[in-house]
Amino acid sequence: MSQRRTIRVEALTRVEGEAALHLQLRDGAVEHVRLNIYEPPRLFEAFLRGRALEDVPDITARICGICPVAYQMSSVHALEAALGIEMPEELQVLRRLLYCGEWIESHALHVHMLHAPDFLGYDSALAMAKEYPLEFQRGLEIRKYGNQLLETLGGRAIHPVNVSVGGFHRAPRRDEIEPLVPSFQRGLELAIAATRWVAGFDFPTFERPYDFVALEHPDEYAMCAGFISGSDGLHIAAADFEQTFHERQVPHSTALQGVRRDTGRTYLVGPLARLNLNRAQLAPLARRLADDVGLEHPCRNIFKSIVARSIEIVHAYEVALAVLQDYRPPKVSRVPYQRRAGEGAAATEAPRGLLYHRYRMDDEGLIAAANIVPPTSQNQSQIEDDLAQYLPSVVDSSNAEIADACERLVRSYDPCISCSAHFLKVTTVRQP
Amino acid sequence: MPRPRLAVFKFASCDGCQLSLLSLEDELAALADKIDIVFFLEASSRVEPGPYDIALVEGSITTADDAQRIRQVRRDAEFLVTIGACATAGGIQALRNWADCDEFLATVYASPQYIQTLATSTPIASHVAVDFELRGCPINKQQLLEVLQSLLAGRRPRTPVHSVCLECKRRGTVCVMVAQGTPCLGPITHDGCGALCPSFDRGCYGCFGPSQQPNAASLTAQLRLLHVDTRTTIRGLRGSFNGFSPEFRSEGDRLAAEQSGDQST
Repeated sequence: MSQRRTIRVEALTRVEGEAALHLQLRDGAVEHVRLNIYEPPRLFEAFLRGRALEDVPDITARICGICPVAYQMSSVHALEAALGIEMPEELQVLRRLLYCGEWIESHALHVHMLHAPDFLGYDSALAMAKEYPLEFQRGLEIRKYGNQLLETLGGRAIHPVNVSVGGFHRAPRRDEIEPLVPSFQRGLELAIAATRWVAGFDFPTFERPYDFVALEHPDEYAMCAGFISGSDGLHIAAADFEQTFHERQVPHSTALQGVRRDTGRTYLVGPLARLNLNRAQLAPLARRLADDVGLEHPCRNIFKSIVARSIEIVHAYEVALAVLQDYRPPKVSRVPYQRRAGEGAAATEAPRGLLYHRYRMDDEGLIAAANIVPPTSQNQSQIEDDLAQYLPSVVDSSNAEIADACERLVRSYDPCISCSAHFLKVTTVRQP
Repeated sequence: MPRPRLAVFKFASCDGCQLSLLSLEDELAALADKIDIVFFLEASSRVEPGPYDIALVEGSITTADDAQRIRQVRRDAEFLVTIGACATAGGIQALRNWADCDEFLATVYASPQYIQTLATSTPIASHVAVDFELRGCPINKQQLLEVLQSLLAGRRPRTPVHSVCLECKRRGTVCVMVAQGTPCLGPITHDGCGALCPSFDRGCYGCFGPSQQPNAASLTAQLRLLHVDTRTTIRGLRGSFNGFSPEFRSEGDRLAAEQSGDQST
């Protein structure tokens, strides 16, 4: 008689948002794997309709309290594409600076508060802090300077108020920026030390033939702009995202799942994809550090995402520090524009990976349609695929141990479930 | 004396407010010595059942399951604090309360029949008794610290009740509405952010919700004098992150009714 085992994790912990895991085995073989996202949908695309384009960055920020800048960046870039706005270099630099603050804040939260306890055998960072007080405080300090940058440039770390279509409401003064320089010098040192620590963790042996997808830019480690590129040779404009990728709805999730339109295959976005595709463009210290700590190239082990994230923190510190040290306020903080009907799309690199936005607006500048594809939706089917491959290697353990091992795999993705459940397509055009 | 037991719960939200607890970089370790965090899914795999001395509740109620779950949270919690605009006023997702939710779902999902959701997004206080409400989208982490420290000390939390206007005066920020004619909700909005937006040369958009006894009609009359389109004012009130709060909602509804009356005559 065949034997069936069902393993359920009713609420994943140390991930952002709400999801459960359902695993089913029959005679030791994987029958099904489901990442069940039950996060209540908030229907952003529906209520963006009829809103003035100027309101969009403030609204989309609320999709995610951990990466609001990513949502602001993808939305203003898409709207600026629709309006035909050319951003001056000095404003692009300031936007990159703001985004660096968020990469540091978001990555440091995951590396130090959510993920590191997995490798050291603790339930939480606070529990870990008793035996690793210096490492715990170091993680908090690395994150703190990222938050300070967001506060200086954006007004506050969560849902910053300063991003606008065309630039910023107000560019910071030099005397506001200067105090950040010594903090960032110290933060950079701490981030390098933390990367060495993290790279020494014990990683499960698990490699997958991922199809890595990330932005690629000729002049920099892509963050705000570039082509969408893939490890299989994919090279498309961001505006062609929807022709290449498809989101499907499954009954067990309030998030859509991304797959390649041509092959139906899953793909991977996020720090590991970026690092594998753009490693040569890392800032000098980060690039050398990646070699020093022996991170293989390409790295196909998702558990090592924590190392990739740590290296990207160092990179963000380096990029930000260079801007902070030479800071001069831009000539104008915002490029003027005329409202007009149009459509525009853009993608930027959120901490968790490629974040695509498209908007269509009418001649009054009101949004007629919006489409937002967050990174966790894109990774969701890859996560399920990974779990199905990983399960056989842990199948001889107890149910609790299997659940724990699988939860750790999911956590390696840094899934942002609150984000993933709030998007999807707006196909109807309707005036309010 | 045992440390008070703290639990953090999430409903429909962006996670930003609960994240504020982890963003207390300088205070977190000391706080954790005084408070035992026994349920906080986003931060810890330690999951203990109630009762809890303090429950922090983020997010609004948008599903039938969540309407049940908040009752259990209330039963388990001695002192229940809502954190943020979603929990306190229904959040930006309360925009569905003025719309046809089925149409919203059909707009977003190809197969809306898989999605279980209520037609409304409502604040926690519409479902259970709330002991203290902390405003903001997002909350101010220093105010969160004040709430926790005051509960530890056995006193009521002290958070400001005045409007953003007063805070601009205190900071020395020149009034954006008077000086530049920029529409601003500051006169009717609760302080807590430190009057951030005017300090960045823009008007307040009301993310801390209504101040005490706001004179919203007076403000909207002033906005009309600044030639702000009434539809824009309605969107600014009802379509804000606290749009379903009684004060913003009633003024927005009044203007909307006035406008539809104008159109029908």
